[in-house]
Amino acid sequence: MKALGHVFKYGDNVDTDVIIPARYLNSFDAEELASHAMVDIDPEFAGKVQPGDMIVANKNFGCGSSREHAPLCLKTAGVSCVIAETFARIFYRNAINIGLPIIECPEAARGIEAGDEVEIDFDNGRIYNRTKGTEFQGQAFPEFMQELIVAGGLVNYTNRNK
Amino acid sequence: MGMTMTQKILAAHAGLDSVEAGQLIMAKLDVVMANDITGPMALPIFRQMAGKVFDKDKVVLVPDHFTPNKDIKSAENSKAIREFAREQELSWYFEQGKSGVEHAILPEAGVVTAGECIIGADSHTCTYGALGAFSTGVGTTDVSTGMATGELWFKVPGAIKFVLKGKPGDYVSGKDIIIHIIGKIGVDGALYKSMEFTGDGIENLSIDDRFTIANMAIEAGAKNGIFPVDGKTEEYLKEHCKKEYKVYTADEDAVYDQIVEIDLGEVRPTVAFPHLPGNAKTIDEIEAMEPIKIDQVVIGSCTNGRMSDLRKAAAILKGHTVHPDVRVMVVPATQKIYKQCIAEGLLDIFVDAGCAVNTPSCGPCMGGHMGVMAAGEKCVSTTNRNFVGRMGHVESLIYLASPETAAASAIAGYIANPEKIGGDRV
Repeated sequence: MKALGHVFKYGDNVDTDVIIPARYLNSFDAEELASHAMVDIDPEFAGKVQPGDMIVANKNFGCGSSREHAPLCLKTAGVSCVIAETFARIFYRNAINIGLPIIECPEAARGIEAGDEVEIDFDNGRIYNRTKGTEFQGQAFPEFMQELIVAGGLVNYTNRNK
Repeated sequence: MGMTMTQKILAAHAGLDSVEAGQLIMAKLDVVMANDITGPMALPIFRQMAGKVFDKDKVVLVPDHFTPNKDIKSAENSKAIREFAREQELSWYFEQGKSGVEHAILPEAGVVTAGECIIGADSHTCTYGALGAFSTGVGTTDVSTGMATGELWFKVPGAIKFVLKGKPGDYVSGKDIIIHIIGKIGVDGALYKSMEFTGDGIENLSIDDRFTIANMAIEAGAKNGIFPVDGKTEEYLKEHCKKEYKVYTADEDAVYDQIVEIDLGEVRPTVAFPHLPGNAKTIDEIEAMEPIKIDQVVIGSCTNGRMSDLRKAAAILKGHTVHPDVRVMVVPATQKIYKQCIAEGLLDIFVDAGCAVNTPSCGPCMGGHMGVMAAGEKCVSTTNRNFVGRMGHVESLIYLASPETAAASAIAGYIANPEKIGGDRV
């Protein structure tokens, strides 16, 4: 499994209130949520993001609320992976459960800039920055997790393997 | 190897003699909770897994975020969980008028107790650690799985031990203590870990103070916060809860990643500045700055909307009026607290001072309704998060504070020292 796209770069402590503000949580329609993704930190994000694009951030990405709407809106907007130095724990679980790939890799988080074109090979965890010609080693995704992501999340994966 | 309190509860719920940090376990759940934001989203996921909830006495639904419903979509969401609660004959569904903010109503109604393993699709589910339970926030898929199976996998957390010593001063309460702690360790200072509160200073903290402290463990990134069970806990449980409970204590040789000592006597009234709960400043630092003029004050929420919080705020507001440039919303966290405010004359004090008193709801805390802010406005709030745009416009600013500091600021029109406004101590 591979991903290729351009990078949107953010700092420390990107919280779920800026990923998807509560004023939009009267809906859980994924497309509608995606149209508001990142609005309070980057109003242009939802208009600009292309399928395959990635988010790279520093420490504690996804802190705050337990809203699963946050990883869901990013995935639906086309984000292929979030790379960060660290993730907040509820976001981490939620992202995996809905099938949004995430990688903790401090070196990549520091060595990738906004707009860089990045390629990720989930089989071996290699993160290649095509723009800068640099490479980083993240954790490889175990087979079951890749299957879970291909299935579209834990529920589909569980139903498929019943 | 010894276990922490959290590890002991998890081991017992996983049917294991012992567990250690990093171990993956499958644990049985005593309470599974969702609200009107996370619940409706969980239902279609739940239905893919099961027809009936695993136990109608252990699955709890609380419509509290957008209630009383603010628009048609939120009304549809509340309707969905209301109908589900009826269909599944849930014992614990809290309807408007008999309800409150989830993390205030569950302990008050006796739904949660010591020694339990609890999940809730709301990040502040960590509140119940105040009663000596393992309790953590999860997302929608996890809560759906919990509703269907009564089990969930966990990674056993390592721990930070907080040794609380001494006695907090007048005008210092749970909120000041937890903002002080988050300021010290940072908003990711306890990432993935449990915050285990210990020490002889705990006997000087009310159960409401402990709820406030455990509630904000998530703001340091923690999986849970937990207090030992003492006489005050047992008194609280006797009054509120009919369930049997179990007391777990940490082993003498439990392993902690870090030990932090806090002298409660040295904690000052403390405020978290925008845009992180860890941007802690003491009232003395604030008084040395230019006055920070404010537009709004919110006193309420799962953090600080309980009876002792409202008594403290009322003691300061009594005989005063709210500054003409400030709007104040007081939000008792449950109907029972609301009624108690009437009985004790607190509602008169709030209304006479010029506060709006709202019905129990999460409303203003997450910019939902009943107190949304415009661009450039500043709010002193007893809630738990001051992220960008949390209470409304992205250019509004939130200062997190105790009920005492919030009440003093409402009178002054700027962030003010409650020690100087005074009022009867409660």
